[in-house]
Amino acid sequence: MSTKHGHYGEYGGQFVPETLMNELTKIETSYQEAKNDPEFQQEVHDLLNNYANRPSLLSYAKRMSDDLGGAQIYFKREDLNHTGAHKINNVIGQALLAKRMGKTRLIAETGAGQHGVATATIAALLGMECEIYMGKEDTERQKLNVYRIELLGAKVHPVTTGSMVLKDAVNAAMQAWTQRVDDTFYVLGSAVGPHPFPEMVHDFQSVISKEAKQQILAETGKLPDAVVACVGGGSNAIGSFAAFIDDSEVALIGCEAAGKGVDTKQTAATIERGSTGIFHGMKSKFMQNEDGQIDEVYSISAGLDYPGVGPEHSALADMHRAQYVGITDDEAVDAFEYIAKTEGIVAAIESSHAIAYVKKLAPTMRKDQVIICTISGRGDKDVASIAKYRGVDVDE
Amino acid sequence: MSRISNAFKKEKAFIGFVVAGDPDLKVTVENVLALEDGGADLVEIGIPFSDPVADGPVIQDADQRALNQNVNTEDVFELVRLIREQSDIPLVFLTYANLVFKSGYETFCKKCVDLEVSGMIIPDLPYEEQDDLLVVMEQNDLDLIQLITPTSKERIPKLAKRARGFIYVVSSMGITGTRNEFKEDISQLTNEIKKYTTVPIAIGFGIHTPIQAVEMSHLADGIIVGSEIVRIAHEDSPQRLMTYIQEMKDAIS
Ligand SMILES: Cc1ncc(COP(=O)(O)O)c(C=O)c1O
Repeated sequence: MSTKHGHYGEYGGQFVPETLMNELTKIETSYQEAKNDPEFQQEVHDLLNNYANRPSLLSYAKRMSDDLGGAQIYFKREDLNHTGAHKINNVIGQALLAKRMGKTRLIAETGAGQHGVATATIAALLGMECEIYMGKEDTERQKLNVYRIELLGAKVHPVTTGSMVLKDAVNAAMQAWTQRVDDTFYVLGSAVGPHPFPEMVHDFQSVISKEAKQQILAETGKLPDAVVACVGGGSNAIGSFAAFIDDSEVALIGCEAAGKGVDTKQTAATIERGSTGIFHGMKSKFMQNEDGQIDEVYSISAGLDYPGVGPEHSALADMHRAQYVGITDDEAVDAFEYIAKTEGIVAAIESSHAIAYVKKLAPTMRKDQVIICTISGRGDKDVASIAKYRGVDVDE
Repeated sequence: MSRISNAFKKEKAFIGFVVAGDPDLKVTVENVLALEDGGADLVEIGIPFSDPVADGPVIQDADQRALNQNVNTEDVFELVRLIREQSDIPLVFLTYANLVFKSGYETFCKKCVDLEVSGMIIPDLPYEEQDDLLVVMEQNDLDLIQLITPTSKERIPKLAKRARGFIYVVSSMGITGTRNEFKEDISQLTNEIKKYTTVPIAIGFGIHTPIQAVEMSHLADGIIVGSEIVRIAHEDSPQRLMTYIQEMKDAIS
């Protein structure tokens, strides 16, 4: 949807300390110039296609479609991107912008580690310094990704404040940025934060739906009936929705992490359970108490374990243009195993939340209807923790 | 004219910051009274927040300790009521945007008026996002304290022109916490601000020793001490806090 100076309806804005305001304005100006500069767009396009392996496949999930006996299911395969997730689409855009602005150093937060890996990767490719902030809890859930980030030449800062997960990593990265803005660009990993981040992330991730739209039209000759994606901060979801937002006949469905259940305290289903607030630079929906203290949320998935959601999703939910549903840990783990066995794809536990909803949705639809489900990332990083969830001890 | 201007009437002002509820609500009342007895001219009452992104570890930890005791916004109002039974020192709230937003701007401002709290400092509510709150604050004759930082540059004129009460000059980049040296050229910053306003200027972030206090007080109308007070409140007694404030106040008098 269109944004008016960073506002999506009542959401969005720039709620950051004064220290960062000039820098945000610079990013805003540089981004608007870059956006209209064909040379910049070409640079982004080149890296996406010749480094990150785009366009990503849209694959028909025949066995799953047959098994569920309803709608025809297509997977948008962001898991096949270099570094294994959609995160790289956004990082390529932001890192090239950083470079254009004369920055030499990238910092980023990471939850599951995918955004950290993507940022470290592009930093290595462009010869930039890189430091990643990651909740200590997540460094333990995602040890392999920590090592991978270090292997790529970046430094990982384990964050020990709060509940030591994604929210705390964002806090730490924002603080680090306030201390050093001159040479540093904060590569935000989701469609959250102060303007212009949600807009940039929307733009850089919309390559997902631009491709998917062409691909599905070529394949089936019509628009899909539904697009389904998982929602943490909402970057792969907004990227999956973007090109379809104006096509009102296409249902847009975001799958939030319900953890142990939407009605339990151990959940991260922000749109269903949260309320409007101001945090992490934006006005949006947050999980919080009646005073406005931000909740500690929970999900098996480190990438969805976040108490907020991007402002554009809050607005799309209010307008009923998109629908948001909660998927529990159990449902996500079942889906993780299901698509491994039916389609031979080990998908990220985050993406498995979207697959879990498709399992429910497809049988309620007709055979001539079509669902596109975004597989936001691959699940290699999750194999050990899923094994553990099932009570199997594997050596990482 | 708001009570804040009283704080800047005499010599250089000393402004102290406490986290409400650390070590507990009762001792916070004693600490605010100790600040006043030690010579503080204005006190910032910090309402603890779960994620204080503009604050360093000392204040973050204090916020967490207060929240661990379930201190909520209503408790902080009650604490101020107790202070008001014994003192009419100028007070402002320092907190994050979400707590004021969730209270409701009307409700929060009315509370300030009832409790004779003169204004607010909200580190994550920059100029561009202030309009909604400002309308309500102005109706209630409350002052929204503007923060100006070494990175404000061409934003200084508009910030200075909107300023009421006092201007909070942030001495350095980054987050709160004691510092041993100041890298930025603060005099250039304060001189620039003075071109656009006669609202008093107070410098904060990092100040903790009497020598620093003197140095900074030459550049401004007052100084602000936060983390060091919070540290003493946590580790020591109201008595020790009072003698610390006396030392600092003597240094700038
Ligand atoms: C594979 C994968 N999918 C989804 C997400 C959630 O992020 P977002 O909602 O921004 O797409 C993450 C975050 O780490 C991820 O790694």
